[in-house]
Amino acid sequence: MKEQSPKQSGAIGEPMNRVDGRLKVTGAAKYSAEYELPGLVHGVLVGSTITKGTIKSIDTRQAERAPGVLAVITYLNSPKVPGFAERDHPAEPPTAGQPLRVFHDNKVLFNDQPIAIVVADTLERARYAASLVKTQYDQDKHQTNLEANLDKGFLPVQAKKNPKSPLADYQRGEVDAYKNGATKLEAEYVIPTEMHNPMELQAIIAHWEAPDKLTVYDKTQAVMGTQRAFAKDWGIPEANVKVIATFVGGAFGNGLHNWPHETAAIIAAKKTGRPVKVVLTREQMFTMVGYRPYTWQKIGMSATPDGKLTAITHESVGQTSSYEQFTESTLQQTRMMYTSPNVTTRYRIASLDVSTPIWMRGPGEATGAFALESAIDEMAYAVNMDPLEFRVRNHTDTDPDNGKPWSTKYLKECFQMGAERIGWKNRKQQPGAVRAGDWLVGYGMGVGTFGAHRGAATVRARLQKNGQLVLQSATTDIGPGTGTAMVQIAATTLGMPPEKITFQLGNSTFPQAPSQGGSSTVNTVGAAVQDACIALRKKLQQLASATPNGAAFNAAKPEDIVISEGHLSLASDKLAKAAYADLLKQNNEAEVEVVTESKPGNDRDKYSMYSYSVHFVQVHVHPLTGEVRVKKIISCADAGTIINQKTAGNQMMGGAVGGIGMALTEGAVIDDRFGRYVTKDLADYHVPVHADAPNMEFAFVNKPDPHVNALGTKGIGEIAIIGMAPAIANAVFNATGKRIRELPITPDKLI
Amino acid sequence: MNQFQYVRPTKQKAAIDALAKDANAQIIAGGTNLIDLMKRGVMAPQKLVDINKLPLNKIERDGSNTRIGALALNGVVAEDKLVLEKHPLLAQALNAGASAQLRNMATVGGNMLQRTRCHYFYDTALPCNKREPGSGCGALEGFNRMHAIFGFSDKCIAVHPSDMSVALVALDATVLVSGPKGDRRIPFIDFHRLPGDTPQKDTNLEPGELITAVDIPDAPFTKNVHYLKVRERASYAFALVSVAAALNIENNTIKDARLAMGGVAHKPWRLTEAEKSLVGKPATEETFRQAAEVAMRGAKAFKYNQYKLKLAPNSIVQALKTAAAVA
Ligand SMILES: Cc1cc2nc3c(=O)[nH]c(=O)nc-3n(C[C@H](O)[C@H](O)[C@H](O)COP(=O)(O)OP(=O)(O)OC[C@H]3O[C@@H](n4cnc5c(N)ncnc54)[C@H](O)[C@@H]3O)c2cc1C
Repeated sequence: MKEQSPKQSGAIGEPMNRVDGRLKVTGAAKYSAEYELPGLVHGVLVGSTITKGTIKSIDTRQAERAPGVLAVITYLNSPKVPGFAERDHPAEPPTAGQPLRVFHDNKVLFNDQPIAIVVADTLERARYAASLVKTQYDQDKHQTNLEANLDKGFLPVQAKKNPKSPLADYQRGEVDAYKNGATKLEAEYVIPTEMHNPMELQAIIAHWEAPDKLTVYDKTQAVMGTQRAFAKDWGIPEANVKVIATFVGGAFGNGLHNWPHETAAIIAAKKTGRPVKVVLTREQMFTMVGYRPYTWQKIGMSATPDGKLTAITHESVGQTSSYEQFTESTLQQTRMMYTSPNVTTRYRIASLDVSTPIWMRGPGEATGAFALESAIDEMAYAVNMDPLEFRVRNHTDTDPDNGKPWSTKYLKECFQMGAERIGWKNRKQQPGAVRAGDWLVGYGMGVGTFGAHRGAATVRARLQKNGQLVLQSATTDIGPGTGTAMVQIAATTLGMPPEKITFQLGNSTFPQAPSQGGSSTVNTVGAAVQDACIALRKKLQQLASATPNGAAFNAAKPEDIVISEGHLSLASDKLAKAAYADLLKQNNEAEVEVVTESKPGNDRDKYSMYSYSVHFVQVHVHPLTGEVRVKKIISCADAGTIINQKTAGNQMMGGAVGGIGMALTEGAVIDDRFGRYVTKDLADYHVPVHADAPNMEFAFVNKPDPHVNALGTKGIGEIAIIGMAPAIANAVFNATGKRIRELPITPDKLI
Repeated sequence: MNQFQYVRPTKQKAAIDALAKDANAQIIAGGTNLIDLMKRGVMAPQKLVDINKLPLNKIERDGSNTRIGALALNGVVAEDKLVLEKHPLLAQALNAGASAQLRNMATVGGNMLQRTRCHYFYDTALPCNKREPGSGCGALEGFNRMHAIFGFSDKCIAVHPSDMSVALVALDATVLVSGPKGDRRIPFIDFHRLPGDTPQKDTNLEPGELITAVDIPDAPFTKNVHYLKVRERASYAFALVSVAAALNIENNTIKDARLAMGGVAHKPWRLTEAEKSLVGKPATEETFRQAAEVAMRGAKAFKYNQYKLKLAPNSIVQALKTAAAVA
């Protein structure tokens, strides 16, 4: 990455420093758990120690008598949540089903389900008292093992209702045509449960400012979704619920759903009349806030001897809870990535006695890509062809799923950029043919794709008298640098220096924006920022045209208008000046403000829109100990216009490291006899550490996609990880000749 | 966490008295293991005796021994000139453990006495004979991927997690302790116990006893040594298997050898028979393979740790190869 000049223009593409970087590294950025409210007390959750059954008795007397305790709340004494009783489906769930109704009845649906919350004046006292709650259960037999329950996989409700749903069974050409193929393969792939495990623990402070007025400082990716959910739960107007999430310390998807601890905190605040803070423990992060679901997949594939794919069948079964139907698009890419004339996909979910999964970075697609891109590599070997050449041969110039043209697709450019940089020509087709000292050397690649989604968002743009521009939208920033990108978009659109612009987010009172997810924030909110800036300039121009020397402004091109401190001027005409004071007087306003909504246009119907990534990796594998070291990663992305080379690179880097975890180290294990996780801290659940992260290089095609939005962006967050795990698995095969189809690839599998 | 008393004596005798007075007292040194266990409710001492004010952090020569105080920090020992010069195997083992931050808090005494990382020991909702004698062994038929292949009993199949201790047992160290009945010296190999019927007892330390130092005798293992740790990520993970290998090679003949394994038993596992099989032989891969075979006699695995039956001998070979600089 290039060194930056100290003065930053904020132009689109510039590797500008993060606007909140200083706040973050100095600790000044305030996260949900850090707000200090008068009278704040602490809640600690008590989790069930059985997996399925009912609570027979729950003895809270000792806990209630412990020092500092204000309340011990269970289903026996919880204030009733109106939404729980009235509706089958209370808060509008992002997934089909019935989100857990906290402290609603005596049922236990998964291990470590919150069954009580202890509220005390200090965290330590609450935690101690929580250890004194004694519970007896009637246990039912539970099921927590997906592979033992594959036969119970079912079609999700959306697909049952609507055969056009992307989750429904899909057919192109002949059913399971691979069975009659010339060269064919059939293989099963398994990924274990993976945990998001962001640095910041899930946390909330719930504060009833009045009996019908709730404020929450909540770690969430969706301030407005959270507002809607809690307003419904409590039967109060949405405007009475305020959700603040100014800073989020990573989330990777686990802030896309509202979880039991949030409701527990709100209940506790109701009961005690005090603001209540709940911060999960690391162990609770494994049981209460979602995860990438354990998923079994099977691929059947056939090709002609000269390497043309003839058929793919891709099936999957992912786990969900007994009370919600969590789904993700595991199989979508199989329908559109390669030319194959025959494609069959079957998506199923199976209910287990576990908590509900939730989208985790590269949701579904990352899981599906592990199977698809591994199978592609296997097939390339089966027809004895370089896997890169095999992919080029099966490249498709239109979307075979629906026949539409791509909005843009620069996948071949990515192939070329990456192959050069990794030194693909040094790869030998024969596994185990390259060595470095004791170590076996392997090269592998994998492709990732994700829809270039865009939704509707509204942005408020407000020019203050001092020439400062304030932008607001109710999106969030879970780490990609959203605020930074928005400032650059505004700076570029208006030709203003970035330090004059502030972008405010993470507040449900701001204009509407969707949750931060699905790599769509820049596509959606970025477009709205651009539109709001254009609207603001237009309004300024109109106001300026009406001032005494307004003729010059009236005739000016919008790009000619310069927003300076205290006044508007024209780049082409040094003399033209309009003081803000004069502009504002006309409207009797203190500031010039516009509120603009932006929506995707009908290009969405005409084109298929996707981002692409290609990951090239080099690994070393020790033949005796089975250790794998990723030595080099080159990821190339076709993600449309790159708004900020630096934060975009950060995204790719984080995704790459996440992909290393998926491939080599991560997997949460349940002991099925107890239904309880046995690897549930960061010592036992291995996320990659610095020493696992190699030399990484990222390259962007950086060509705009004119159909997604006027900026030309397509989204980066997901493609950064999608395809990385199979790239590593394929490299391991190239090094060792061992095809590992069950992640993670730990040393025991290679010796 | 329970309420507990906290004392910080400045004299060794006061510390021992404080321990003797209260059966439920526990020494705290770096606290990197004890505090975690207290937070999870696995250990609940009534009194903490903080020994950090005791003058026990020196690293010095004592005759033909290097004496390392019980409070010497893992990070300091690993970079100590004397240690690097005389006992590089120990430095390597220490650096393979935990993370830099932890090594800067963790003490030599605490490291030896760190408790097993068995999942069932850590979760008070699950059975564990070590935590709660008589409750059963959760690992025996459970997720026993990290567990023992040597010296286990039907009461406990946990392993000792320390890296440092694997090097110390290989180097014939001695533990110096001081207690209500006076001072004594315990050979390192006898310090940790096998689980037998009393897995709750990790070591042969008596109640009220304090570790004051370890002695490491001089030996010609300064050049051909290697600590190999195989783990699930490149750093900051406990060993699947580790090997401490030390050779004294003259004219390509092994004059003397030390070999121990970690991650395979309830105690650091010294491989004396394998050592004997090395002596007098040429330093070749063939010799190392034979030693690994001897080392593995009597090994037995469970459902999820079968791989150790292969990983352990492979690791012995690799550690010896690296120690001997055999390509
Ligand atoms: C995330 C994590 C990863 C780790 N990874 C590794 C690893 O890879 N390899 C490894 O070897 N270790 C690892 N460790 C463990 C670490 O080495 C130990 O926690 C540390 O060495 C303990 O030393 P301490 O001084 O902090 O002990 P404390 O926690 O203070 O004490 C531990 C025990 O020793 C007793 N004790 C302490 N000093 C004395 C004394 N002088 N006399 C008598 N009793 C005493 C205490 O009463 C207590 O029971 C890891 C720890 C963590 C938290």
